[in-house]
Amino acid sequence: MKNVDIVIVGGGPAGLAAAVSAKRHGADSILILERDASLGGILNQCIHSGFGLHRFKEELTGPEYAQRYISLVEELEIPYLLGTTVIDITHDRKVTAVNSEDGVIEIQAGAVIMAAGCRERPAGAINIYGDRCTGIYTAGTAQKFVNIDGYMLGKKIIILGSGDIGLIMARRMTLEGAEVKAVIEIMPFSSGLNRNIVQCLNDFGIPLYLSHTVTSIKGDKRLESVTVAEVDQSLKPIKGSEREVECDTLLLSVGLLPENEMSKRADVVLSGVTGGAVVNERFETSTPGIFACGNVLHVHDLVDYVSEESERAAKYAVDFVRGRTYAESDIQITPGSGVRYTVPFKINPHNIEDNLVIRFRVSTRYSDKRIRVLINGEPVMSRLEPALVPAEMQTAVISREKLNAIPDIRDIVVEVGD
Amino acid sequence: MEKHEMICICCPRGCRLNVAAEGGEIKEISGNRCRRGETYAKEELTHPMRVVTTTVQLNGGKIPMLPVKTSKAIPKALIFDCIDCLRDVSVDAPAAIGDVIIKDVLGTGADIIATRTIGKRD
Repeated sequence: MKNVDIVIVGGGPAGLAAAVSAKRHGADSILILERDASLGGILNQCIHSGFGLHRFKEELTGPEYAQRYISLVEELEIPYLLGTTVIDITHDRKVTAVNSEDGVIEIQAGAVIMAAGCRERPAGAINIYGDRCTGIYTAGTAQKFVNIDGYMLGKKIIILGSGDIGLIMARRMTLEGAEVKAVIEIMPFSSGLNRNIVQCLNDFGIPLYLSHTVTSIKGDKRLESVTVAEVDQSLKPIKGSEREVECDTLLLSVGLLPENEMSKRADVVLSGVTGGAVVNERFETSTPGIFACGNVLHVHDLVDYVSEESERAAKYAVDFVRGRTYAESDIQITPGSGVRYTVPFKINPHNIEDNLVIRFRVSTRYSDKRIRVLINGEPVMSRLEPALVPAEMQTAVISREKLNAIPDIRDIVVEVGD
Repeated sequence: MEKHEMICICCPRGCRLNVAAEGGEIKEISGNRCRRGETYAKEELTHPMRVVTTTVQLNGGKIPMLPVKTSKAIPKALIFDCIDCLRDVSVDAPAAIGDVIIKDVLGTGADIIATRTIGKRD
């Protein structure tokens, strides 16, 4: 068994940023384990632009953003293994991986950084009634077929779910010559970013049906049509509103789930809300020495924040390897009214070195409401937001000075209020 | 004075802009969290522009498709013409980020450039 200070599971945006940061913080040995044939992760198939405005102050495409970090990994000579799948991680950080060249690889890691991203919710997870025919894909799979492999999937397309990948694929399929008939969203609001509704749907006259869903699928071998129905407030289809829409392809953009099978094997406690690990301010999970960042922790809408989060996580992973100890993070950050979850989940103010950055999502749409952070019931931060939507990750920053000015912090609440 | 509500697409924040304009001239704008919003609103009212991203075939590369983009935004009305220009284009591997695939596409002043570095197939 070989020993490596920092083992990083996943060579996408989170893993790459974590690797670069670990190196810069002086880690002696680092190894990135990547399942795919190249570094870059999902960014490689996200050929559209809009990445990097925060990080690089310019608008990059996914592959360009990835290349910035891949180049750094190469320059810093950080080792990585491609085509390598992690099959086990123990609570004492023994990592087992396999690839076709080395066979089974066993590594004792000083610290493990989970950066494996997320998966799409598949057709099986949403239980649509009807035939089991071909022509049904998740939007991300479709994106890989079109943008990487060069295959077109169909001619008449319905997209169920208005997540960003679904919206991006509506435009992409249109540009490739398909007729995208509609995007169907069960909620009364889109789960994608507004800018994508504008530039991916409105620009091409693709209708978005809110409060609608697909209730059945028809097709002998290939998909022939789907039934679309309006839903009521409890999301149940309204009788009589059904209509059959001819199509040969159904794309699903119905949510992303952090991929945490390996974390579970290492006894990492997961959040029922995010599906990611419950982490403290150092991005350390409930299993000491195992850290999590990026979409495996919680689904992000901006890769720029993935990079930032992963850099922070890696710094603390290096601290762990060096035996630096921190006070126990035993103060919960509670999601208050209108807030679904927060990352981190718990903190210790003595461990905060610069600012406390809290990322969170709101549970529904709000307009002209305040985001507030309360410590021991007293507001320490309040910001008026003209519009809040669940699709956009929110950030609240509390400076270290502010935290230190409160002598006995017992509880922290993040809420949406008037 | 005409009033327009629009969503800025310059970055993923997607600011909701309230614009009051007269003959394409912006008189009042609110909701933008940075200065790009103002430029966007003005362009959107007079001559909307978009960066176009797509793929071209890559011969002999590790991956069969090479992602490309317009080096700057082109008129929105030319999106499909731009895609048509690229339909039968193929390039030989290797390719590197920034490689110019087509110069001055459709006379827009924008080049079609590669957005991924892809080596030759082994």
